[in-house]
Amino acid sequence: MTTTPTANNGVNTEVLLGARKALADEPAGAQFTWRATNEWLHATHTKATVKSYFGLGAEQGHKVESTFEMDHPETFGEEDNAVTPVEYVLVGLGGCLSGGIAAVAQNRGIQLRSVKATIEGDMDILGILGADPDVRNGFNNVRVNYEIDADASEEDIEALVAQSQKRSAVFDIVTNPTNVTVSVTKA
Amino acid sequence: MRTSVVVIGAGQTGLAVSYFLSERDIEHVILERGSVGQSWRSERWDSLRLLTPNSQSRLPGHVYDGNDPDGFMTMTEVVGFLDDYARRIAAPVRSGVTVTSVRRRGSAYQVGTDDGTWDADAVVIATGACNTPRIPAVAEGLPDDVVQVTPADYRNPDLLPEGGVLVVGASASGAQIASEVQRSGRQVTLAVGEHVRVPRTYRGRDLMWWMEVTGRLDERYDDVDDIVRARHLPSTQLVGTPERVSLDLNTLTAEGVRLAGRLAAVTNGRAQFSGSLRNVAKLADLKERRLLEFFDEWAVEAGLDGALGPVERYEPTRIEDEPPLSADFAADGIRSVVWATGYLADHSFVDIDVLDRKGQLKHDGGVVTASPGLYRIGLPVLRRRKSTFIHGAGDDARDITEHLAGYLASVAVDEAECAVG
Ligand SMILES: Cc1cc2nc3c(=O)[nH]c(=O)nc-3n(C[C@H](O)[C@H](O)[C@H](O)COP(=O)(O)OP(=O)(O)OC[C@H]3O[C@@H](n4cnc5c(N)ncnc54)[C@H](O)[C@@H]3O)c2cc1C
Repeated sequence: MTTTPTANNGVNTEVLLGARKALADEPAGAQFTWRATNEWLHATHTKATVKSYFGLGAEQGHKVESTFEMDHPETFGEEDNAVTPVEYVLVGLGGCLSGGIAAVAQNRGIQLRSVKATIEGDMDILGILGADPDVRNGFNNVRVNYEIDADASEEDIEALVAQSQKRSAVFDIVTNPTNVTVSVTKA
Repeated sequence: MRTSVVVIGAGQTGLAVSYFLSERDIEHVILERGSVGQSWRSERWDSLRLLTPNSQSRLPGHVYDGNDPDGFMTMTEVVGFLDDYARRIAAPVRSGVTVTSVRRRGSAYQVGTDDGTWDADAVVIATGACNTPRIPAVAEGLPDDVVQVTPADYRNPDLLPEGGVLVVGASASGAQIASEVQRSGRQVTLAVGEHVRVPRTYRGRDLMWWMEVTGRLDERYDDVDDIVRARHLPSTQLVGTPERVSLDLNTLTAEGVRLAGRLAAVTNGRAQFSGSLRNVAKLADLKERRLLEFFDEWAVEAGLDGALGPVERYEPTRIEDEPPLSADFAADGIRSVVWATGYLADHSFVDIDVLDRKGQLKHDGGVVTASPGLYRIGLPVLRRRKSTFIHGAGDDARDITEHLAGYLASVAVDEAECAVG
């Protein structure tokens, strides 16, 4: 059941499929390390910078350095200079799933016209406030609601979204535990 | 000892190879560590019946001839079927001989066993695809007092300790075991990863009938879109019972099984489950639907639409609003774990550089190109989607034997030329 891709969603699936083939034989090149730095500015206001990462056996750089500021809102008594860190998690999840949808659609020959998502995470802040030890800090539920216009049946669109979740890094990061090591040195 | 071809393993694939070798008058022996059909004798649970109907118990020159073509054989019946076959084709089986090494000697092979050494021109490895139960690394974190079993050593619920049971994996083995353990009165939590949902019967016909008539199972390995994926596909959620019941997550939920996501970690006495349950269930529902649509289209094209029962669609998999993300072995009373997480083929006895970085044999449709004269049969989608089914052994064995015969002829020519030169 091969479909000839006629769609153009702008995704370079050839490079992706080529990489899959090449890296299966060269697994060392597939080891990537993603990296961000973070610097405290004032109160709960901090700034993150992303520029370099490691992959294909060497240091790599993005074309441009990006910065992201984070803070907490006035409902928390803060200055609200920028969005909260947890909202970045939602940003990452949506970006990963939508990018995946485009790639899968391209691969399946489905032309996308619009893909819009609302990503919501429910949180009981008694957890982060330390007010109730039975409440976790993080999201207790995450919902992603897609509205997609594409040249495909409703079922094929559902399958796109399901497949994108199956291949999504951030979906995996959010749904599965990961060991995290935080170390510190005195500057 | 010397022979032309050593076949390792007397399951359905080794016997089918023997059938075609004999047909070509190629001298050979089958070395079998146990008896004919040993895997069916010693590595299956008590209640297991084939999930392929009797009509698919077919090997070259040997078909099921009973009066219940739609029934499913018990393990005793499968062993009897294979024993009959071995006798009928006068397979040269040496029982109780375990192969411990396969080495190259010039252009030929030396096969080491616990009962002497065989020299041969060619070797066919027919040792099965399910040698070692695959146990995920997270098992290391399990509390010491939790009993662990795999489908290869599980026999029946009574051998598990009283208390809750965590079954990991929802393919044929996991779903069947979860169901019977739950019915024995133990609370089962089933950790569900990617799985393949199918009905037992569809429009009045067995699922396996559909898979066969539509040509789905004949699809060749070199035609399959994504062979890596095809070879790693989990087995379908099927069970063979006289009542021909379907076995899916909804029937398990109705029996009282608690569904959770894939087992992601075990730390501090707690199992952590992935939050992806809803998506794996959705994927399985969508794929089942696509398969049924494919059957329906085929039925119309084949002019059978009117002769079959009405088109059916099934209720989507029911997932509770907030499936469990963790379970505490002690507090929740989970006393045992069944690892129904698949199997790996074992090639550790092959002392030739033909294994990949994961220890799996590199081959092209069963032909080990890096070592001429070495063959493998009975791996998932080895040459066709049906390669690991009983009724799939014949076509693969015919192809492999044909290639092997060509190889033997070419070596014979080489030797003759050497002798002349
Ligand atoms: C739980 C389960 C249920 C299945 N149900 C079905 C079904 O319903 N229908 C279906 O068509 N298929 C089914 N299969 C798939 C398949 O048919 C079986 O796995 C079948 O046993 C495979 O046959 P085989 O000849 O490839 O290997 P096996 O039957 O495993 O035969 C291999 C033989 O090699 C021997 N051996 C292994 N290593 C050595 C060694 N080093 N030296 C000497 N001998 C050795 C073993 O003792 C064994 O007898 C099932 C598989 C499993 C695991």
